[in-house]
Amino acid sequence: MFQIRIHGRGGQGVVTATELLSIAAFMEGAHAQAFPSFGSERTGAPVVAFCRIDDKEIRLREPIVEPDALIVQDATLFKVIDVFHGLKPKGYLLVNTNKSFEELHIADRVAKIPPGHAHATNATAIALKHIGRPLPNAVLLGAFAALTGVVHLKSVAEAIRQQFSGKIGEANVAAATEAYEATEPVAV
Amino acid sequence: MLKQAEGSHAMAETIALCRPEVICAYPITPQTHIVEGLGEMVRNGHLKNCEFINVESEFAALSVAIGASAAGARAYTATASQGLLFMAEAIYNASGLGLPIVMTLGNRAIGAPINIWNDHSDAMSMCDAGWMQLFAETNQEALDLHVQAFRLAEELSMPVMVCVDGFILTHAVERLDIPSQEDVDAFLPTYEPVQVLDPAQPISIGAMVGPDAFMEVRFLQHYKQTLALRLLPEFSAEFKRRFGRDSGGLLRTYRAEDADMLVVAMGSINGTIKDTIDEMRAEGLRIGLVTLVAFRPFPTAELRNLLAGRKHVVVIEKSFAVGMGGQLANNVDLALRNTPAAPQVHSVIAGLGGRPVTRASLQRVFLRAEAQPWEGAHFLDLNEDIIGKELHHVRKVRRSGPTAENLLRRLGEARSAVSP
Repeated sequence: MFQIRIHGRGGQGVVTATELLSIAAFMEGAHAQAFPSFGSERTGAPVVAFCRIDDKEIRLREPIVEPDALIVQDATLFKVIDVFHGLKPKGYLLVNTNKSFEELHIADRVAKIPPGHAHATNATAIALKHIGRPLPNAVLLGAFAALTGVVHLKSVAEAIRQQFSGKIGEANVAAATEAYEATEPVAV
Repeated sequence: MLKQAEGSHAMAETIALCRPEVICAYPITPQTHIVEGLGEMVRNGHLKNCEFINVESEFAALSVAIGASAAGARAYTATASQGLLFMAEAIYNASGLGLPIVMTLGNRAIGAPINIWNDHSDAMSMCDAGWMQLFAETNQEALDLHVQAFRLAEELSMPVMVCVDGFILTHAVERLDIPSQEDVDAFLPTYEPVQVLDPAQPISIGAMVGPDAFMEVRFLQHYKQTLALRLLPEFSAEFKRRFGRDSGGLLRTYRAEDADMLVVAMGSINGTIKDTIDEMRAEGLRIGLVTLVAFRPFPTAELRNLLAGRKHVVVIEKSFAVGMGGQLANNVDLALRNTPAAPQVHSVIAGLGGRPVTRASLQRVFLRAEAQPWEGAHFLDLNEDIIGKELHHVRKVRRSGPTAENLLRRLGEARSAVSP
């Protein structure tokens, strides 16, 4: 089982991101479970959502306490909450930022996961370029596909198109594709 | 058809396949997405021959369902938490009149303190109101139970509540098999009411009944629920033949054959318990599970047969009767009444107000039940530190202030003490 925890702020599409990821995994024949942490669904408040992907039925209903991957849609959250909590030693980290890990004061923590497992993407800038709004969620899924190989970009694109038809869907697909191409996959 | 969908939306789709003729509901978290989905399907013509009636409250929602059902329509509503309490009087009317309404309950805690998260307090508050209550373990079962609920309700002319854990199921996006219209139509015949308000053949429904017949009306209500003890397994078997999967029935077991310890639980917590049992089995512990689907009618005999002869029974429930203990544990005790060499029953209260229930905590409490059994109810993962401080404060200060606010302040203090 591969478990992903997405951190962001209300309005950034955190819950939608886990849903899209679960749909992408479903399209590849996997079992996937996406669920929000519920509650403080206010614009700007810290929001957490979860996604589990497995090749068999997922029965577990506890929140994800030991994620295999973290997606952080807003880098200011590192100062507010313990984003890294429970991240597995061989886990992945994907951050939406235009800063370096040193500038975010997380370089020490990033050094604890294998080289190449952490990646920074300026998803907000890519989103503004393609979508015209600072919505980093779908963009980061493109980068996630490249970084982890857990889902293919093609499935992410299909999931986006299924949920968002027309221009908005295509703009998000273009943004996710740009992030995918700019992300170095981890050598297996 | 297999699809990746939110529990609520898939439930709405499946309820629409049951061809309800009147839907009336008032939105309340976490049930909202279900009735929103149904409302949209009525508006866009996807769900035909159905009237969606907007009402001003939950009391009106169920009252309209009662009127519609008495007029011969297949009627549906949904609610949660305080919404169910606001329906209370009508709840008893629906069952007392024997009207086959189906209601989804998106299980949520009851305030005060106000809390929108999941537990089973709402279902328990109305468990003795004459409705049948079925608890879904998964979203797939939630879909399937609705199809079976309409069949059961109409067969017996009694209302059924389908209890679905709020957020944990209603808001989870998962792989779900939505039944086909053809299969649902074959399983669920057209509604043929046993009583109907028809101007062409006038009757009255809801007469005042005095001491000479009131007990008999109640007895017949109870008798119908005992018939459901037979019908539920039958419908579940028929459902499996048509749809190819296990859903519903009275109860299910998991790795129970040789178990010394059996866990009893209802709803979505069963999945996490199964994973915990696998981990403990791998370490050589003989532990198994009984998942109750039907809480009303309560499968007393079936439960007794399963539990008698075991060493330990651990009842885990997401509700608590203040001043008494766990209602489910109490009911399980009843099932074991007069059983020779009855197992030791351990009552665990877990997940109140949405507190996550983890494998780690479950494993600890299962081990403790055998090693250090307790009296009464055990509260899983209780924060004894803030309780101790609050009790101390209350003893010292007469005007000690509101409990909930005091606890929140203490939690805040504890958090800022650990973070830099």
